[in-house]
Amino acid sequence: MLTVKNLHAGIEEKDILKGINLEIKAGEVHAIMGPNGSGKSTLASVIAGKEEYEVTDGDIALNGASILEMDTEERAHKGVFLSFQYPVEIPGVSVTNFIKTAINQNRKAKGLEDMPASDMLKMIREKSELLEIDRKFLSRSLNVGFSGGEKKRNEIFQMAMLEPKLAILDETDSGLDIDALRIVANGVNKLRSEDNAVLVITHYQRLLDYIVPDVVHVLMDGKIVKTGGKELAHELEEKGYDWLKEEVNA
Amino acid sequence: MSLKDKLVSSHIVFQDSLDPDSPIYDVRGNAIKTFEVEGFPTKKEEAWKYTSLNSILKENYNIFSTKKSSLDFKDVERYFINDIDTYNIVFVDGIFNAHLSSTTHDGIDVCTMNSALTKPKYKQVIDVYFNKIAKEKSLTSLNTAYTKEGAYVYIPKGKVVNKPIQIIHFATGSEEATLFQPRNLIVVEENSEVQIIERHQSLSDTAVFTNSVTEIYAGKRAMIDYYKIQNDKLNASLVDTTEIEQHRESVVSVHTFSLGGNITRNNLNYYQKGEYMDSILKGITLIGGKQHVDHNTLVHHIEPNCESHQDYKGIFAGSSTGVFNGKVVVEKEAQKTNAYQSNNNILIDDKATINSKPQLEIFADDVRCSHGCTIGQLDESALFYLQSRGIAKKEARALLMYAFANTVLSSVKIPQLKQRITKLIAKKIGVSIGFEL
Repeated sequence: MLTVKNLHAGIEEKDILKGINLEIKAGEVHAIMGPNGSGKSTLASVIAGKEEYEVTDGDIALNGASILEMDTEERAHKGVFLSFQYPVEIPGVSVTNFIKTAINQNRKAKGLEDMPASDMLKMIREKSELLEIDRKFLSRSLNVGFSGGEKKRNEIFQMAMLEPKLAILDETDSGLDIDALRIVANGVNKLRSEDNAVLVITHYQRLLDYIVPDVVHVLMDGKIVKTGGKELAHELEEKGYDWLKEEVNA
Repeated sequence: MSLKDKLVSSHIVFQDSLDPDSPIYDVRGNAIKTFEVEGFPTKKEEAWKYTSLNSILKENYNIFSTKKSSLDFKDVERYFINDIDTYNIVFVDGIFNAHLSSTTHDGIDVCTMNSALTKPKYKQVIDVYFNKIAKEKSLTSLNTAYTKEGAYVYIPKGKVVNKPIQIIHFATGSEEATLFQPRNLIVVEENSEVQIIERHQSLSDTAVFTNSVTEIYAGKRAMIDYYKIQNDKLNASLVDTTEIEQHRESVVSVHTFSLGGNITRNNLNYYQKGEYMDSILKGITLIGGKQHVDHNTLVHHIEPNCESHQDYKGIFAGSSTGVFNGKVVVEKEAQKTNAYQSNNNILIDDKATINSKPQLEIFADDVRCSHGCTIGQLDESALFYLQSRGIAKKEARALLMYAFANTVLSSVKIPQLKQRITKLIAKKIGVSIGFEL
């Protein structure tokens, strides 16, 4: 599904990612963990195509085809979805209208007509129930005045609506209480299938109790320094990152 | 001959063509003298520092259009808010068009200035209100001197007008470059309510310069919502002066949507004469190319316990220029005044310019006054967020511009008008995105 090869990227002359290699297959869940400032969110943004980052070497491919030259929206059309750590507030545009616009823009890119209103409503109803979102919430301005939990649930709701091939969850657990975490994780798990893949980016192991990864990578100073199974997450939770730093430096 | 000389020397002919017993004969005569002394405003004046009329004053304008042009409703239907029932006062090349209009004298007067000035039954209202709120000054005096036609709305005590009034001025361009000087008088007495939509629309590529003056009187507890749609063609320039006198507990809002036109200057002045009233001034400016829009506002707080709210949003593309000059005066007696002013701008292109100048003159000590002005670009991280959902960059930008302007639209009380403005904005931004309200 996703192949990242020797990826080097940075911002304004500053190197942040220094040779990342990553292979995620359809049906898999990978987690990327690492201390603050290790480049986790940068990796998420670079895969999604944020313009301010410059890729200086390497490649990112989706199902074998490079996506490096694609705009952010084209990557979305190919099935890349990024759940934001800090979703942006957009006054005057309701959650419903926003998601309708997004869906129809994706359909347009595929040469399809707008989704019929009744299908859209049905889908919105189903997916909002999945994330325990009530109707009133859907008519509010996008992310404006939302609590941390509401913002993250809204992100996963959008993911549910857009049905991506590759979902990247950037610090989706930050700012969530345990109930919201459970709802969000439950939503993600229900959306998992043999045809899609999930990349969970997190500082803590907490979320990984709910969204259980097949592979865990540790990112430090722009490089993946260790890769293991789900037990690696527990080890990091217990011992922190310092022992790994020593191992890397040794 | 300069335009000024032409206007001054032609005035006698103009007066002679009208009734010498007119209640405003002397008013016109005095006004042309004021204009003769003051002339057109220049950039030397502080209030005109960023707006020059030189480029439009060079034209050789026909100064009193007399040619009667006819228009079919179907050809101009799109300029009306036509999905609701309204009263319409329509002028074609400065002349009242009965065929396109829908006026009334049933308990209220929705008709023309020309009939108000020539029929004895209106004399009393004209004597009391005409040219009493407007301040004699160059362009306003010029308008007064040439007052002949415009909209006349008189709402007596205790009437809630059940449908909006549309005032539309069409310029057909069937003559050469033309100067239009409509003069509107809106009098709303105690406990009455009215909504008015005003629009100036050129239908050809001939140069048009409109110097419009509107006087609005709001009696005690009157409620007036006035909407100005400025989406004219690029050959048309407008100086729109609106002078408002408010009395106790009245609420008057003016929304100005400036999307089209060449040079547009809005003078919007509120004089608060009474306590516990609210003045609301809102505007969306969305221009590009070489367009220029100037908002010059004044709220004069004279008595205690009043409020004013100003919210102007501007989006400037190309090498367009914008001006916001908002003055709030709080007199010594006007304690407990709450005056808010905000002017937020987005510059889309490097060559676009905005001059924003808030001015507060506060002589009272127990007041709450705030003003804020921002100038920025579209938020890149917001753009990335929308694009990451598959929304194309152009649409994403449009959505952000719409969201930015939305606080101004949310207070529009006529849903069909709100929808129309939204569509105009979407069209102007160049997207077919399905904004729903």
